[in-house]
Amino acid sequence: MLLRMRNIHKVFGKVSVLNGVDLQLERGQLLGLVGENGAGKSTLMNILGGLFVPTEGTMTLDENLFAPTSPNEALQAGIAFVHQELNLFPNLSVMENLFISGFPKKRFLGLSLIDQKSAREKAKELLSIVGLNVSEKVKVGQLTAAQQQLLEITKILSRSPRIIIFDEPTTSLTRHEAEKLFQLIERLQSEGIGIIYISHNLEDVMSLADEIMVLRDGNCVRQENQNAFTLPKLIKDMVGRDLETYFPQRDVTPLREKCLEVSQVGAEVVHDVSFSIRKKEVLGLYGLVGAGRSEMARLLYGLDVMQKGTIHWNGQKIQQPSPEKWVQEGVAFLTENRREEGLMIQQSIARNIQLAGLPNYTTPLQTVRFRDLDSDVEQQARANKIKYNNLKDQSVATLSGGNQQKTVLAKWLMIAPKLLILDEPTKGIDIGARHDIYSLVNDLVKKGSSILLISSEIEELIGLCDRILVMGEGRIRDEFHKAAFDRSAILEAALHGKENQTLAT
Amino acid sequence: MVKIANSESTFVVLLCLGYYLVMTIIAPGFFTVNNSINLLFNLLPLLIISIGQTYVLLTAGIDLSVTAIVAVASVVGGFMMSSDTVWFHNEFTTLFLGILGMLVVGVLIGAINGWAVAKFAMPAFMVTLTTMMLFSGFAIWLTQSQNLYNLPESFVEMHYTYFLGIPVPLYIALFVVLLAYFLLNRTIFGEWIYAVGANKKTARISGVSVSKTLIGVYVFSGFCAAVGAILYTARLETGSPVMGQNILLDVIGAVVIGGTSLFGGKGTIQGTFFGALFMTLLDNSLNLLNLSFFIIMMVKGMVILGAAILNTVVERSLKTG
Repeated sequence: MLLRMRNIHKVFGKVSVLNGVDLQLERGQLLGLVGENGAGKSTLMNILGGLFVPTEGTMTLDENLFAPTSPNEALQAGIAFVHQELNLFPNLSVMENLFISGFPKKRFLGLSLIDQKSAREKAKELLSIVGLNVSEKVKVGQLTAAQQQLLEITKILSRSPRIIIFDEPTTSLTRHEAEKLFQLIERLQSEGIGIIYISHNLEDVMSLADEIMVLRDGNCVRQENQNAFTLPKLIKDMVGRDLETYFPQRDVTPLREKCLEVSQVGAEVVHDVSFSIRKKEVLGLYGLVGAGRSEMARLLYGLDVMQKGTIHWNGQKIQQPSPEKWVQEGVAFLTENRREEGLMIQQSIARNIQLAGLPNYTTPLQTVRFRDLDSDVEQQARANKIKYNNLKDQSVATLSGGNQQKTVLAKWLMIAPKLLILDEPTKGIDIGARHDIYSLVNDLVKKGSSILLISSEIEELIGLCDRILVMGEGRIRDEFHKAAFDRSAILEAALHGKENQTLAT
Repeated sequence: MVKIANSESTFVVLLCLGYYLVMTIIAPGFFTVNNSINLLFNLLPLLIISIGQTYVLLTAGIDLSVTAIVAVASVVGGFMMSSDTVWFHNEFTTLFLGILGMLVVGVLIGAINGWAVAKFAMPAFMVTLTTMMLFSGFAIWLTQSQNLYNLPESFVEMHYTYFLGIPVPLYIALFVVLLAYFLLNRTIFGEWIYAVGANKKTARISGVSVSKTLIGVYVFSGFCAAVGAILYTARLETGSPVMGQNILLDVIGAVVIGGTSLFGGKGTIQGTFFGALFMTLLDNSLNLLNLSFFIIMMVKGMVILGAAILNTVVERSLKTG
């Protein structure tokens, strides 16, 4: 047995991310690791890679106890990681990237110098092993994504690894390039290297893997031989759970009237997206990481430049959308990364909550009516069940993730938004706070607002939405209505759905 | 750490008080009426310019061009008001248009700074460093390095004109301080300044007009620098192209010692007041102790470095804490 992880637990603060996971990997074996976002795949691999120390549990490598305390230590032991984002320097040459952590040296006049000649020869040799046909002098930035990935693998091979972890290696590759990568992976396997392959592309996993392990909510649902799985079964293992009780009921039917109409919107990673949202409707937007959902929302909101397409708001065309205009129109956008774009992390809770609504509290002289503002801010903070000691003196940095998110939501509720765009609103948030956020969203809809909910969690979308759009590769691939919500079908549509451009609503 | 952050103003107040007491004892001629008036008149223009700088620093920017604004405003005022050039014949018109011209210079240069920072998202440091060079050179070229004398009596007598027992410059400074305090603490512009400084991205997404706010703070800083130039020009009775050459460090030092964060989003007018007071005390007392210009520079540099280090340390511990 090459690698054995036993009873791995990992707790961050109060949140338990892994609850006793076992993993086995034989020499030359490929283990497919699948699970939804947040299932604990990355945490598990980061423990193996030495980035995190497990709260509990042991690992053995070739039957020897293995407890890395740093990524470097894991690397020395032969654990290599090919990340989704490559670890290369685009401004340096291929050769320089290969030897960045140690050039071959020679001595000259007592000085230790880089031996350019042998470095060049060694680089050529390494490149030929993986079949990368580029000059060692070329700057890495000029290589294609596939070539860069091969270079990353070359770099890893020069350290004679025992285990290579691939994290979504095919997202930036064409099909043809991916096939070539698979051939290389097979060759690595035949040399006795153990492979752990993480991917949302379940078909790839099914065809490549010897064994498949399914993680869900930090538990290993099962690790079995690939033959024991079928695609539908795999999908059900990944998502199958009962979360209905977490979603509060909402007895509101969407009106016929539309508030937002988007047609043929496009930019670099978003292609001809058209859809509309009705009043009092909760529209879900599902897709895998990199499907273009957030990018699409950012285009709409004017955070990135829209290259084509039109947007109508309540029947009126919006020229050059900008956050300023949208806030005036009562459209709010809770972004994915609350620390960077949602909060002023060192400012007080009150300052954060009041920010978007300020223009509604000014006199003609542009002074702020602080008395009204303060009392409304306090009311909103209480309605959102934010746990605080002092609204005006306590910085939001001192709040938990859930309370921070409720603060961002409070900021947007202060403008009583007619449309609220939520991008992964419950990412990294505990169950209690989630429930509070869902209730607030439902209340808002009852009052007549519409919601665009972007989420990677199918349950959340099924639990809250009236309709779900599925995106993939920057396009809308499919549409599901409430009566026909089906987890497996939605996931399948996201993985390899048929393009469906003409969606009637 | 929150405690230290909140007590920062207290820190600078105590610093001023302690320093004042010590200098009363050791510096000859420090605790006299003459020197006190001197202190006051040194303080006022520095305070005014520092208040404008506070606005800019609050947005995580910096305005290095204040010295150039002082110089250009001074020579433009000199040209418009000097009896050697005779632009206007009536003394009141001369005074009114001269002062107006100086303020317009400040506002215009500030607008250029703000426009470049806001529209092209250029680093404020780069923009204002270049405008500083540009307009410092412009002031010297305009006057061929000559000073302008023979300013109107009523203008140069400003410091000796009392109204209700208080000299005119004090009214001017009071006006700027109150205006700055009002804008920052009572209007939406003030709230937006803090928001832009705290997190530009969050501010933008929350509907804050980031470019208007940025242009606003640089215009205000330019305006304050021009008001400072009015006081300096009147006191020296000269329109000079090198006026304000040496005040940049004092201005930024005053704001930073006053507790304004170099990273934006944190700082008060009160803090800057005491910061400017401390810088003035430092300068005045070191002069009285008969120390050379170079030693004074060294001491000031060390004091400001100390304040900046304190600022960074506090900031970092807030981030990790």
